[in-house]
Amino acid sequence: MTEVGLRTEEFQVNMGPHHPSTHGVCRLLLTMDGEKVVKVEPYIGYLHRSIEKICENRTYHQCIPILDPFEYVTALSCNYVFALSAERLAQIEVPERAEFLRVIMLELNRIASHLIFFGTTAMDIGALTPFLYGLREREMIMDLFEMTCGQRLTYNYIRIGGVSKDILPAFVPKCRETINIIKDKVDEYEALLNGNPIWKARTIGIGPLSGEKAIAFGASGPILRASGVKYDLRRDDPYSIYDRFEFDIPTRQNGDVFDRYVLRLEEIRQSIRIIGQALDGIPEGDFKAKVSLKFKPPAGEAYTRIENSRGEMGVYLISDGTEKPVRVKTRGGSYNHLQLIPEIATDCLIADLVAIFASFDIIMPEVDR
Amino acid sequence: MTLALMQPVELSPTFLWIQHLIEAIGIGGMWSIVITYAILAVVTFGVLALLALFLVWWERKFAGHIQQRFGPMMTGWHGWYQTIMDAVKLLQKEDILVVTRDRMVFFWAPIIAFVAAFAAYIVIPFGNGIIVADLNIGILYIIAITTFTIISLLMAGWGSNNKYALLGGMRSAAQVVSYEVPMVASILTVVLFAGSLSMVDIVDSQSGWFYNWNIFRLPFGPIAFITYIIAATAEANRTPFDIPEAEQELVAGFNIEYSGMQFAMFFLAEFVNMFTVSAIATTLFLGGWTGVLLPSWMWFLGKTFAVVALLMLFRWTFPRLRVDQLMEFSWKYLVPITFANLILAGWMKYAGWYW
Repeated sequence: MTEVGLRTEEFQVNMGPHHPSTHGVCRLLLTMDGEKVVKVEPYIGYLHRSIEKICENRTYHQCIPILDPFEYVTALSCNYVFALSAERLAQIEVPERAEFLRVIMLELNRIASHLIFFGTTAMDIGALTPFLYGLREREMIMDLFEMTCGQRLTYNYIRIGGVSKDILPAFVPKCRETINIIKDKVDEYEALLNGNPIWKARTIGIGPLSGEKAIAFGASGPILRASGVKYDLRRDDPYSIYDRFEFDIPTRQNGDVFDRYVLRLEEIRQSIRIIGQALDGIPEGDFKAKVSLKFKPPAGEAYTRIENSRGEMGVYLISDGTEKPVRVKTRGGSYNHLQLIPEIATDCLIADLVAIFASFDIIMPEVDR
Repeated sequence: MTLALMQPVELSPTFLWIQHLIEAIGIGGMWSIVITYAILAVVTFGVLALLALFLVWWERKFAGHIQQRFGPMMTGWHGWYQTIMDAVKLLQKEDILVVTRDRMVFFWAPIIAFVAAFAAYIVIPFGNGIIVADLNIGILYIIAITTFTIISLLMAGWGSNNKYALLGGMRSAAQVVSYEVPMVASILTVVLFAGSLSMVDIVDSQSGWFYNWNIFRLPFGPIAFITYIIAATAEANRTPFDIPEAEQELVAGFNIEYSGMQFAMFFLAEFVNMFTVSAIATTLFLGGWTGVLLPSWMWFLGKTFAVVALLMLFRWTFPRLRVDQLMEFSWKYLVPITFANLILAGWMKYAGWYW
């Protein structure tokens, strides 16, 4: 082309902070050569709320609602990971019933989060209808939460020493009905998308991530397992009562968009298995240990990590024996996963970048905190 | 040749009474014809504007029911005047104009899109004799005039001085150039058997029972119909070929900087285009207005709405293709299939193996 005096030039596009498919206020500075993305630079910080700093000026009990929007799609995990850290510091024994309720709620929340993933990923790849289907099923889970703790997004449900409220008698049958419906619906989702040639063309082989690279970048959760690394904190660093339940840890080998999507649907099935077993075994008893309102853990530090729907979620807590924590450091999986975007989305088309970004299921509150 | 061009296009006999009426009040000669055409243009425009409003509402209802929700419900019975309210809202809106736009190009783009979308209806037969002008090059005229839409999209992309819009415009140009070829090849298959480019002649060649419809002329009819529908979906910029305005990639593509009525013009043009490609499909493959018992325009509208429903079904159930896959699909699969089909049809016509 240069012979006739034509030349092309690269140009830069700001994808975000307000863009339909960056799932929040993430800014990707793209250097593009026509349709091709030559370089991706993520810029973060648009959603910084200084949650960690605020926590230093609150008592331990007040920290829990502050941490709710740390990762608002699975707010229960944020509640839980902080409560677990505090419990480890103070060595509080949590009642059996509370542990069961926590597991049921955490798994329900994981399903809700994966349903959102399913909907938004399908939407980013251009299929608008699955989004509504995913949210329809999530709505039933929201109803269960609302029935138990009155909230639908930021629950403030799991407290230090247990949970804030006991479940209603109607909860168990309704929960069973819900998971049965969702079980059928997941099969329906797979029937809807897995065989679709357009869906396959858009997802299979797109954005492959090898297991080594995933580990090198500190990826965790479904991203890691989709790349063939069988690593799940529920099994490898057991917390709560996960060791009592029977469930598989699904893995996939290729680590492309399709694998990450299929893996999450499989995880929904496993979560349903756990909930089914937990519902059978809820014991009678207290739902909360006796914890003083002036909760003062002994001086020390604790790091607790749990398996969230977006990878490893952790809270590092330093206490000096007073009512307020000295330092609360949070860790979210999305932060590490965002670093992977420039790594695997370079030299692909802009449509692929969107698909890869969606398949990582990055949400910005977890990155910026 | 020049003489033929200077002749006014013959008015459809159905509307001769309008001309007679105008002549009766004392306006004669050339002017009576011009005024008649003006009246017909206004009527067509009105009907189409209503149709487009209806289609927007119907699409929203259709999408709603596919997605297990209701769609618009608050304005009137099942939200029937929701689109009218939307149009009123868009009319009242301030036109936010980008300072760095290319003024002329930016201004004319929606107008060209709008005019090109509506101008196609001169030759579309809505019923037996309900056609503004039966041009003897009808289908060629439609192909030519609907391609103008692409120029408008390219203009919108360029004039907005926005990188997303430019990408959208370039995408649409590439897409339509690719899909025009299989679309024309599919149409030619039909033209081959009708022996005419006139829309009325094409419908007449399919008269009789439904097995005379071109879609049932085995084996090339169904193939041509399917390839036409695929290419037409791409022409109308609808999912799975809606890459020019892919919300998730380009935010809104070529119309990102348009607001108010200018945006509404693009929006309406899009829905009119959808109706156009469906009307062409009806005319070419589904026997146009032919049918029994019911009046001919009802048959035409019924068949066209069936095709529109098919396009809507595509939109709300399929993911979107990537831009390179889209090109690949056209040049590697659709173009060879349509041309093979055209050659097959030509051979069968020559051999006389058809009914």
